[in-house]
Amino acid sequence: MTATTTQRATPSGAPQHRRSPSRRRPGGSLRRMRQATPLTYFALIMTFILSVFPLWWMFVVATRTTTAASQFPPALVPGANFFHNVGRLFENSSANFMTGLMNSLIASTSVAVSVVFFCSLAGFALAKLQFKGRAFFTVAVVVTMAVPVQIGLVPLLILMDWLGWRGELQSVIVPFMVSGFGVFMMRQYVLQTIPDDLMEAARIDGCSTFRIYWSVVLPALRPAMVVLGLLTFMQTWNEFIWALAVLSPENPTVQFSIQQLNESAFSRDFALMFTGATFATLPLLIIFFVFGRQLVGRIMEGAIKA
Amino acid sequence: MLSRLDVRASPYAFITPFFLLFGVFGLFPLLYTVWVSLHDWSLIGGNEGFAGLDNYVRLVSDEKFWNALFNTLGIFTIAVVPQLLIALMLADTLNRRIRFANVFRMTLILPYITSIAALAIVFSTIFGGEQFGLINQFLTSIGVDPVNWRGDRFASWTAVAVMIDWRWTGYNALIYLAAMQSIPKDVYEAADLDGASRMRQFVQITIPLLRPTIIFTVIISTIGQMQLFTEPVIFAANQSYSGGTQGQFQTVMMLVFQETFDYQNFGYAAAVSWVLFLIVVFMGLINVWLTSRIKGA
Repeated sequence: MTATTTQRATPSGAPQHRRSPSRRRPGGSLRRMRQATPLTYFALIMTFILSVFPLWWMFVVATRTTTAASQFPPALVPGANFFHNVGRLFENSSANFMTGLMNSLIASTSVAVSVVFFCSLAGFALAKLQFKGRAFFTVAVVVTMAVPVQIGLVPLLILMDWLGWRGELQSVIVPFMVSGFGVFMMRQYVLQTIPDDLMEAARIDGCSTFRIYWSVVLPALRPAMVVLGLLTFMQTWNEFIWALAVLSPENPTVQFSIQQLNESAFSRDFALMFTGATFATLPLLIIFFVFGRQLVGRIMEGAIKA
Repeated sequence: MLSRLDVRASPYAFITPFFLLFGVFGLFPLLYTVWVSLHDWSLIGGNEGFAGLDNYVRLVSDEKFWNALFNTLGIFTIAVVPQLLIALMLADTLNRRIRFANVFRMTLILPYITSIAALAIVFSTIFGGEQFGLINQFLTSIGVDPVNWRGDRFASWTAVAVMIDWRWTGYNALIYLAAMQSIPKDVYEAADLDGASRMRQFVQITIPLLRPTIIFTVIISTIGQMQLFTEPVIFAANQSYSGGTQGQFQTVMMLVFQETFDYQNFGYAAAVSWVLFLIVVFMGLINVWLTSRIKGA
């Protein structure tokens, strides 16, 4: 990809709080030019409303009866039916919602842990260890990032049949346990944060290579690991295409469950569907509220380095 | 002795899990797609013999394939063009002295962070299913005829494009904002002294300097949107993979699913997948070619 940077990027994953550069420049006509007008705030508030409305409305309908979904003007205040709907959701036999929720939690957590572990291991080796073919393997990792895996759908299904994993939870875990993006991100971070001296000192102290990774490198990688772990968790939690292909309604992920509700209902039970949708979004919203700033920083930084 | 072995072997041991897993679950399926596509292959019967290029011959004359490709490219176009334009303007807006800058930035990634499947259900309801949706009720209330969001080709494309844009506009805006912040302020100052208006600065300074970033976002969007699936499938609800009664919003990836699961024709599904892969690669190359042309100019 082309370089867009004139600014040195800080280590990936580290939270950054950039200010609008114009703030640093006092006085002058430029300051006036870059100042916000009422129109600016109008545009931003519209964006805010458009971004939040679908989510808020989803939650509101989840707390009411199904007629709220077709009410106009739209219902905007939560009702009293949320726990009633939650009860119906978990009793609903076609969705297997509890199984879906548990499966998604297990799959997303194990994929995130695995990606963070294997990618930091490989990233460390590619950044700091001397071995034949290092340059070749580094390029190979970058190339894998460009391969759209979804396209191998049919053979991957055949492979799952061979392994006997069709319909089993490991089918949505094992194929995603590593990521080229993760390896590359970790390699960059190791290059920027771990000084060679530190490794040599550990080596002289008699540490094995794995011990160096475990006791010296991993602690320093924590910020990058958090961001990679979160992004991977979100991605796995959101995965829909492959889950739909390989799993069954009896053993779904949460996204698959809500699609079951969406498809199966005769007269559509919107309150039920929206309650399911709320649950399918909840962990992601928690991540948003706790780590939103870091993620914004990461996206903006990735853009500069891309 | 042990430590020499450790130094020599460890690097390979550390990179092995990545390459092994990628090889088995990434590269192998991709290559095996070609093999499957050259055979008659069904869900139950397995490999039923070599078919040569039969699947590809069928594909070339298959109206459904061309329809799906047309839909995919059409939805891509009406989604991505406004998305990137709005993202650029939003980024420019955020690149000013504003209060609560962090709140507004967070707002931009909120859609990116939520569940696609859940929000596709919400949007499908907003556009209306069997009952009137919010948008149609709004249109009726201001005296405009309601729109047949699922039945009409262009209307269904619009509905799907809105879902895509809701999710991705803010994400792209953040990428543009990052790039804008790395433009040296002197450039604007000079333009300012020359009396260039804000609009003129945006068009003549910001956009040209952002060109590499814009092309980057176009490439990313292309790779993603050529595999468009979740939004239209959920939008279709009961007619899952057919994309409406006339296939008016069936995408290529939906066709792959329909052939795989509804007709259990793995060979043909693999051929469609492989052609989709080539199209994605081809569009990527066009983008790269454009990038180098623009840079040279």
